[in-house]
Amino acid sequence: MIRALVEERVDPVLFGYSYDFVGDLAETVSLIWPVDDGPSPLPSPRTRGEGDLAKNATSLAVAPSVAKKGSPLVTPLPRLQGRDEGWGQHDLSLATIVETLQRSSRSDGPRLVERWLDALDPPGRYALLKLITGGMRVGVSSRLVKQALADFGGKDVTEIEELWHGLEIPYTDLFAWLGGTGPKPESAAAAPFRPVMLANPADVEELGRYDPADYIAEWKWDGIRVQVTAERGVGRIYSRTGDDISKSFPDLLAAMDFEGSIDGELLVGHFENGAIRAGTFGDLQQRLNRKTVSAKQQAKFPAFVRAYDLLQQGADDLRTEPFETRRARLEAFVATLPPDRFDLSPLVAFETWDAVAARRNAPPAPIIEGLMLKHRRSTYVPGRPKGPWFKFKRDPFLIDAVLMYAQRGHGKRSSFYSDYTFGVWTGEADDPALVPVGKAYFGFTDEELKQLDKFVRDNTIERFGPVRSVRAEPDHGLVLEVAFEGLNRSARHKSGVAMRFPRISRLRWDKPPLEADRLETLEAMLG
Amino acid sequence: MKPDKLLHPTDKGLYCPPGDFYIDPVRPVGRALITHGHADHARAGHAHVMATRETLDIMAIRYGDNFAGATQEAMLGETVTINGVTVSFHPAGHVLGSAQIAVEMDGTRIVASGDYKRRADPTCAGFEVVPCDVFITEATFGLPVFIHPDDGDEIARLLDSVARFPERAHLVGAYALGKAQRVIALIRQAGYAETIFIHGAMDKLCTYYQGQGVDLGPLAPATIDKGAKDQFAGTIIVGPPSAFADKWARRFPDPVACFASGWMRVRQRAKQRGVELPLILSDHSDWNELTQTIRDTGASEVWVTHGREEALVRWCELSQIRAKPLNLVGYEDEAE
Repeated sequence: MIRALVEERVDPVLFGYSYDFVGDLAETVSLIWPVDDGPSPLPSPRTRGEGDLAKNATSLAVAPSVAKKGSPLVTPLPRLQGRDEGWGQHDLSLATIVETLQRSSRSDGPRLVERWLDALDPPGRYALLKLITGGMRVGVSSRLVKQALADFGGKDVTEIEELWHGLEIPYTDLFAWLGGTGPKPESAAAAPFRPVMLANPADVEELGRYDPADYIAEWKWDGIRVQVTAERGVGRIYSRTGDDISKSFPDLLAAMDFEGSIDGELLVGHFENGAIRAGTFGDLQQRLNRKTVSAKQQAKFPAFVRAYDLLQQGADDLRTEPFETRRARLEAFVATLPPDRFDLSPLVAFETWDAVAARRNAPPAPIIEGLMLKHRRSTYVPGRPKGPWFKFKRDPFLIDAVLMYAQRGHGKRSSFYSDYTFGVWTGEADDPALVPVGKAYFGFTDEELKQLDKFVRDNTIERFGPVRSVRAEPDHGLVLEVAFEGLNRSARHKSGVAMRFPRISRLRWDKPPLEADRLETLEAMLG
Repeated sequence: MKPDKLLHPTDKGLYCPPGDFYIDPVRPVGRALITHGHADHARAGHAHVMATRETLDIMAIRYGDNFAGATQEAMLGETVTINGVTVSFHPAGHVLGSAQIAVEMDGTRIVASGDYKRRADPTCAGFEVVPCDVFITEATFGLPVFIHPDDGDEIARLLDSVARFPERAHLVGAYALGKAQRVIALIRQAGYAETIFIHGAMDKLCTYYQGQGVDLGPLAPATIDKGAKDQFAGTIIVGPPSAFADKWARRFPDPVACFASGWMRVRQRAKQRGVELPLILSDHSDWNELTQTIRDTGASEVWVTHGREEALVRWCELSQIRAKPLNLVGYEDEAE
């Protein structure tokens, strides 16, 4: 539609060249759109050949932007009445545009857009086109938007989160409520999202202030924290931030034949001998970030939920009940669900905090990132309250790797080489070679960043745009101690492995590069 | 005479066989006529160079006094005859000293315009239309998406940001010859009288411009006293764009990266360079100026070089003007 509109006014070939150069349709149109009351030098195909070009050859003694003369090369469009009714450029508010488009028929749309494009400047046109094509991308998290709305209306963010999924564009009732001119919108939608309870990180010292007898421990599974809710025939799978991710997991959705809301971990795994055996994080990745999921993928990597908590059962909101009570209800509830799609997160018995500290580093499966500790009497409250829930992560894996490439950072770091690619040794012991195994851009202090940047600048061998390769030889180079959370097999990386959440934990100026780790060490970690 | 007998592209640059000279040659030649001082047009090592006084001065500043075997100053508007070919230089409005070169023989006139712009520039003489049979035009911004906004509005955005963020330094990226001085002159026109700090690479050329009567106001080197990072808070610093990614930029407090270039009209370009405040300021013609100029010259044939040749050739076709791309090599079509 937009392309057709612009090609009524601009030669399609010139538009094509421009689009190739700019690379974004909305931006190209916003920049190229000829307006009829400014200088418009574009020959329109409509009038090609009929105009006398010399007629338009006005002198350019003044800057063209001040030349007021209309160009005969663009056919002035018939002015729609709208402009006289207050559609001039002073009334192009977002609300006006949204409401007008919602009221208009499909066939009116293009003429409306055309009129607006005439009235707007290039940034305005860009915003309009991005909005109407649904291509508007602004780099903020939905949580930040919710927080902003809460601050604007003086509400608690959990209130916003609870009604988030019942809201409809253009959010008039939400803003009326926030602005104090309307009632709170009823969350009429079935299976709404319930704001999630999160845990604080802890260590033995911190835990020492609490009585271990008050706490229940369970494994912290390393999948996707989800809330699976089925009410009145509507099933939804929510991420912990409240995004509806149901579409990615149709297999799980089909099994959600219950009335209630479960908090759990989404994992992939096969049902064998009466139990589900959870796959690796790499397996789970096969199911992530997909808009559609093939039957083959569903069969090869079936999704299931390992249940942690029960928030709602039928008409009962259990969130104000103590955890122990909810856990008992959960155990009975999960027993009624399909065993290949739902199982219980097992509890881990312990006596002392020291025992907890030891257990967290020896999990029974690789897809466990530590232990969760929940107070027996904790109610389910949104956010990250201090005290009721703790997470005690396993220690990260560590390797020593050699710095191979560095890339300039962005924003405040744009004058620093702050993104580091590192490798480990492979090949024969007497002729070793480095193979890159990961990239990290944090974990170091500002002071260490300066030292790293200096090392990169002093030891550059080659430059490729913003990237430099640095000296990395058995007896000359920089060893980085890298911490990471886990390791996956990867066909995309030359080394065959991919690290999860790698960061620089120490700079080993003291260590000769040859003494850094070998690829075999990482391969052994894959198991 | 057939135009391509008078001038045609060679691997050394645009060559005039009857006059035995080149225009803006990219390799050392016997006789070179040079439109302006940018490095891709004005190279060192020719036996004989003819250019405006300013262009010759700029070449001497950049390459040293021995940049050519011999030099000859071209006076704007005066005709000289070189081996029977009539040659004249006319202002191009691009940078100080920039000129179009008209070449004429047996009733055929070709104008090689070099780089040019049409809008007023306080640092150089304005473009003059030279009627001709063949017009050789640049096409750096030869796409209809490039419509440069009003200079004053862009400078106003910069000054507004400076006023709004007094604790930050504003780093304006601008190429050392032409753009830097124009940006400074425009800032002065807008009424800003504070000292403007400049990168060392711009020092000589700014001094030269001032010596030629271009008022740039108070300038000072952007060198820092030890430990006095805040001394640049609230100031404007002009430097070459390449310096912003360099250690040099670290001396400034929370700098706002600005870049003065016609490319800043395209969001992705600004984003790629990490520019926070893009300023659409160009020393080249925008699409309107290019097409208007082609009409103004009355040329029946247009040769298009460095840039988006195909789009301008297409426009000429639609406008029933004969046109072809010149395929000259060795010129920057991205640097601005």
